[in-house]
Amino acid sequence: MSQKKYWQSFGEVNDNENFQKKQQDEFKEELPFEGFDDKGLIDAKAPRRDFLKYLGFSTAAATLAASCKIPVKKAIPYANKPENLVPGVAKYYATTYVQDGDVVPVVAKVRDGRPIKIEGNDLCSYTNGGTTARTQASVLDLYDTHRLRFPQHRVGKGADAKFEEVPTFEQFDKMVGEAIKNAGGTTVLLTSTIVSPSTKEIIANYPGIRHVQYDAVSYSGMLLANEASGFGRKIPSYDFGAAKVIVSLGADFLGTWLNSVENAKGYTVGRKMDEKNPSMSKHYQFEGYLSLTGASADERFTHRPSETGSVALDLLNAINGTGEITTKSIAAGIKKVAEDLKANPGAGLVVCGSNDKNVQVIVNAINNAIGAYGKTIDWNKPVNYRQGIDADFAQLVADMEAGSVGTILISGANPAYNYHDAAKFVAALSKVKVTVSFNERMDETTELCEYVAPSHHYLESWGDAEPKTGVLSFMQPTIYPLFKTRPFQTSLLKWSGNNTDYEVYFKNYWTGKLGSEGAFNKILQDGIKEEAPAAAGAGTYNGGAVTTAISAIESAKKVTGAEVVLYQKTSIGTGTGATNPWLQELPDAISKATWDNYALISMSMAKEVLGLNLIDGSEKESNNYEYYPQKPVIKLTVGKKEVELPVLVIPGMQANTIAVAVGYGRGEKLGKTAAGVGKNVYPFSSFDGTTISYHAAVTVADAGRKEKIAQTQIHNSYEDRVEVVRETTLATLTKYPNTIPDYRHHLEETYGKSQDGKTTSYAKEGTLYPQHEQPGIKWGMNIDMNACYGCGACVVACHAENNVPVVGKSEVLRYHDMHWLRIDRYFVSDDKNPDELKGVVFQPMMCQHCDNAPCENVCPVAATNHSAEGVNQMTYNRCIGTRYCANNCPFKVRRFNWADYTGADSFGDNQDQQLVGKLDPVVFQMNDDLTRMVLNPDVTVRSRGVIEKCSFCFQRLQAAKLEAKKQDRPLKDGDAKTACQTACSANAIVFGNVHDKDSAITKVRAENTQRGFYVLEQLHVLPNVSYLAKVRNTAEIIEPEGHHGPAKTEHAAGQKEEKKAEEAHH
Amino acid sequence: MISCKPIGQRLTALFLSLFIISIVNTSAQDIAAGKALFMSKCAACHNVLKKGTGPALAGLEERGKWADHNELLKWINNPAAYMANDPYTQGLKNEYGSMMTGFPDVTLKDVDDMVAYINDAAKPKVAEGPVVTEEPKDNQNALIFGIISLILGIIALILMQVNSNLKKMSDDSEGIVRPDPVPFYRNKVYIAMASIIFFVFGGYMVAKGAIGLGRQKEYQPEQPIYYSHKVHAGINQISCLYCHGSAWDSKHAAIPSVNTCMNCHKAIVTYEKGPKLYDEAGNEINGTAEIAKLHAAAGFDPNNANKWDPSMIKKPIEWVKIHNLPDHVYFNHSQHIRAGNVQCQSCHGEITAMDEVKQVSELSMGWCINCHRETKVNFNYDSTKGNKYYSIYEKFHNDFKSGKMDSITVKDIGGLECQKCHY
Repeated sequence: MSQKKYWQSFGEVNDNENFQKKQQDEFKEELPFEGFDDKGLIDAKAPRRDFLKYLGFSTAAATLAASCKIPVKKAIPYANKPENLVPGVAKYYATTYVQDGDVVPVVAKVRDGRPIKIEGNDLCSYTNGGTTARTQASVLDLYDTHRLRFPQHRVGKGADAKFEEVPTFEQFDKMVGEAIKNAGGTTVLLTSTIVSPSTKEIIANYPGIRHVQYDAVSYSGMLLANEASGFGRKIPSYDFGAAKVIVSLGADFLGTWLNSVENAKGYTVGRKMDEKNPSMSKHYQFEGYLSLTGASADERFTHRPSETGSVALDLLNAINGTGEITTKSIAAGIKKVAEDLKANPGAGLVVCGSNDKNVQVIVNAINNAIGAYGKTIDWNKPVNYRQGIDADFAQLVADMEAGSVGTILISGANPAYNYHDAAKFVAALSKVKVTVSFNERMDETTELCEYVAPSHHYLESWGDAEPKTGVLSFMQPTIYPLFKTRPFQTSLLKWSGNNTDYEVYFKNYWTGKLGSEGAFNKILQDGIKEEAPAAAGAGTYNGGAVTTAISAIESAKKVTGAEVVLYQKTSIGTGTGATNPWLQELPDAISKATWDNYALISMSMAKEVLGLNLIDGSEKESNNYEYYPQKPVIKLTVGKKEVELPVLVIPGMQANTIAVAVGYGRGEKLGKTAAGVGKNVYPFSSFDGTTISYHAAVTVADAGRKEKIAQTQIHNSYEDRVEVVRETTLATLTKYPNTIPDYRHHLEETYGKSQDGKTTSYAKEGTLYPQHEQPGIKWGMNIDMNACYGCGACVVACHAENNVPVVGKSEVLRYHDMHWLRIDRYFVSDDKNPDELKGVVFQPMMCQHCDNAPCENVCPVAATNHSAEGVNQMTYNRCIGTRYCANNCPFKVRRFNWADYTGADSFGDNQDQQLVGKLDPVVFQMNDDLTRMVLNPDVTVRSRGVIEKCSFCFQRLQAAKLEAKKQDRPLKDGDAKTACQTACSANAIVFGNVHDKDSAITKVRAENTQRGFYVLEQLHVLPNVSYLAKVRNTAEIIEPEGHHGPAKTEHAAGQKEEKKAEEAHH
Repeated sequence: MISCKPIGQRLTALFLSLFIISIVNTSAQDIAAGKALFMSKCAACHNVLKKGTGPALAGLEERGKWADHNELLKWINNPAAYMANDPYTQGLKNEYGSMMTGFPDVTLKDVDDMVAYINDAAKPKVAEGPVVTEEPKDNQNALIFGIISLILGIIALILMQVNSNLKKMSDDSEGIVRPDPVPFYRNKVYIAMASIIFFVFGGYMVAKGAIGLGRQKEYQPEQPIYYSHKVHAGINQISCLYCHGSAWDSKHAAIPSVNTCMNCHKAIVTYEKGPKLYDEAGNEINGTAEIAKLHAAAGFDPNNANKWDPSMIKKPIEWVKIHNLPDHVYFNHSQHIRAGNVQCQSCHGEITAMDEVKQVSELSMGWCINCHRETKVNFNYDSTKGNKYYSIYEKFHNDFKSGKMDSITVKDIGGLECQKCHY
């Protein structure tokens, strides 16, 4: 008897009947007619006469509008056209996304001089062309209206202080140069992690400068532990692909820990399955809250954040067979993990997200004991992603306070916002005579500086990055600088007496190092240069520090009450993503919330603190909690610091743990996108003299009020249909490999028989309609749910590629989110106890391009119909906005433009009206002429009142076909790739021509018959998007209920659905 | 869409081409070949009679060693190598500032042809016959039919009145008393008929007007410079792609930048030999003055030609866009002219006969769709011809072989689908 249940919200799992009732309407809102009530049109407040008045006025207005002269349009060519530039044809430049030590080699698509899309660089072996959500969104940062536009200096004191433009950089240099000379004391350069070798040389050549690197979320515990273990102050390369057993102690390595692209690429090696020889890597996660990485784990064990040290120690003891397991709650789990690690010597990997040096020393000891060094951990290629040491920065603050620092130059770092004791830093900064910021925006630290010389965006810059030893990645400008900005390296060069510009310096530096200009140009063109792959280095491990570490961990105080742990979202990160509307609107992988941070609390804490019983509570309780966006607010107190946050109850949390994302609560001057969104929780972190700790004991109290959180997941309902996600365990799949094929066979047998009973074809016989023919290409997509970790890079890529509008928090609250591609998150648990989380399934969901599409036959104007290539087409200019199609779509992937989000309407005031409401400021920001430069000119910008949805990136398909025709050849596999496909660092998405027998899509479908399924197959909509079922690598056997595949309930539901579908057809 | 083309324009085109062919035919065949070569290879820098980027070529056989065409061939094939031992060409480089581009593919026969053309072109020409163009007779048939209908209608009305008068007279003579006849303007039958006609006609006009909203057929705006396509593409036979080269690669045909214009107009500073130019109102246009406008935009001084280079171009020229599609339509030039082998004239009309360009086609969806219905794609019916892209259309190959289909049109490969143009 299977008790497994997939669910998206507590209402669904606890009180399904009422939940479904509430979910019945596709569009939950009442139509915006005022005063109609139930009295009928004539008696309504807007009676017949008014109706006639409006009719008359609108006819007259339309006549006037229509009779206006057609405006004269100008066609203005180049004055002097660059030779290799063709208007309307995109060019691609290899460059590198660098943000505070995060490095992703990318290729920028530049259309008519404007970068409009970022793709991963396929030549890079360790990212394999993958990207992150933030990388994808970085192109929008270039056109941010709140970038600083010129060098400026602060005049006046106190409240009257304001920034004034300095007309030229020459004047600026003179001003600052004199100020530095007069200031005396030491000159300090405070930066985030610097990965650029040429910049490091510039800093080294700056006479008398003291360079301090400061990371918003620090890895100095790891750096110091590695130093103590004899490897030097470095971080090694981790090869998740070589590991059969992966153990993460609170490291969110698929989301935000070190380079998630690299980690995900390696991790996927062990997660992709060959069904002839089913095996997978085993992933254990120990953590306090449900992280994105934990969601993909095969087995999760929860513990208090403060217990990470003792868990690591227990694990070390269990592996060495010494000592006793002190973390009793998960003793069995620790034993099991230890056995598994011991059984796979040289194929295990333990990573830890703690910033405690002692914990990391123990983790190093574990990795040494299981033989990970030289196998899954490579010391020959240490990475440079994070280099900041917490104690260095603490010393700097002390020196600043003491007045020994005369000048401070700040680039990238923003301690006034993200330091644990920001007030102390601010006070110390005021004692520094000359303060200069090179930051691109007026962030919390820049606001306090006297001089501001904004740097270029990376797409405007020359530069280099050495993400790890032996890998070199170049940056080149893709657009002329939009504003009067200058690379901070140029400022450093000028102020240190070297009068060259950075671009010249950079070129000379590398031409010299590489030996020739040809070699330089080659890297510039490729974007990357890698040394030939070599065997992993083991380094020299020294266990001398272990004893001290053990005693430090054992003597640590036990926390008894609630604890808060700070984490990063894949979208906002440490706070750098907060100014980006695409990232703010990207739903978080676990909570599916946008535009906010909040306290993730466990179900038992909800009951304890808020009296909200979601486990076995009253019938309405869970529905009411889940259905309305108003969530109860709690007050968190750590020491003297208080923050009030709304809660989201998440299953699978450690009972006493509260998790809050950092990066929110930004300053007013960063613009409306960032300001006023969420609360800053960096003050909850603390410094213990060596490193900064990101968890703390906390007092929790009910604040007695509610706040709205804009979540997306509950917007759509599958009306209790259960065959949406398929998930199983490795043991079950081995024992019952044909569960899914049998179900399909059953459908064939039941509905696919021809009238004479001789032939069966589900596709042909299960319908009244004629079949669509695809004489040439038939596009198809496959998504491997085993390789989807929910990071959201595809969602942002879709935004960028298809001009998907941003709607703002108020509109998301009204269920008006516009994402063409969403990642549905399903919790897997026992039917009885939702808190006993077995796993989480992420399912990217977009238009399924059904061959037998239910949306098509309900459209009264044929605005949506089928193409000869199997694509469900949406014609915006034909759509009249009845929304019948969205109602009839079983997958709920159609989106309606409720308001003029894009400014595409002819009438200007459509974004601000009483009936629809005034849209959020971010919508207006996205419609600024500057921001609109990011739009893809090949895709229509949709106006108000039309439906839109995934088009399979039709513009890319057309371009690929045209290119093939131009070259007089058939279309090759891989010519056409969708934006979501190229963004994915795990290659979860495969796309291509199903009619091509050699294409990757045909192969992946043929080779994965056991796991391949279509969502809601029994509806006979014949989707063109197939999925591969998620497999957890556990020994649990889920017994199927019937002989023919699926559980009986599903079977029954299938028949019911079939009837429903047929009724709909009639 | 040949059928759409007005007869007058076709006659013009026919006349023009006959005219051009007749000029060419008066000389030997090699002059024609030489002219084609000269236009494609030399004309960007050289003029027969005037100095350009390079020297005027008239009388070239009297200079240097060029009487020997073999020497000339060596120079053209590899100028750098030739110049090393030749003082005359070294002098040329000093005079003109740059070395000639090499053309390694030119043969001795080509040189003979080109020199023949140059000698021919250098001869003083007999005055050219005027180019006669016929006025297009738009809607002439409709007009005739309309007049005939009107006349018939008036006759019918008169006859009806005559009939009723005769009847009245006969009634009077027979002594039958009848009520006074209702005048025709109060006659209910007439009124009913008139109102039906009014509504039908009015409705037709309103519908037609509404459909035509935003359409700009016959749009012929005044451009900042009087640029004659007839002179450039017609008389001088400059390939469309020389200026609108991006039509081959891109969705945009794109208007050439000033530096493209200056490739030729660095040398051509006056308008001399062409036919007289008139604007729409019939005023004569001074061609040389129009070229001067270009030079002004380019910051070019004809008296100091060698000092000029493209970086000195001051501002782009703001041409008025004639062919406008709504924003929700995706149109790609390279798809049509390169993959689809469609001639520019199919949509833009006889551009070689237009002085000022006007929009000839309706650019409406019905117009697009009609062409997509009829046009055959460049299908690879067998391995020797057609675009190999279509080799994946197995069904069509089979149907063609079995005779079920006799050709594959754009419609068959999905050319009528909404999302081919709207996405």
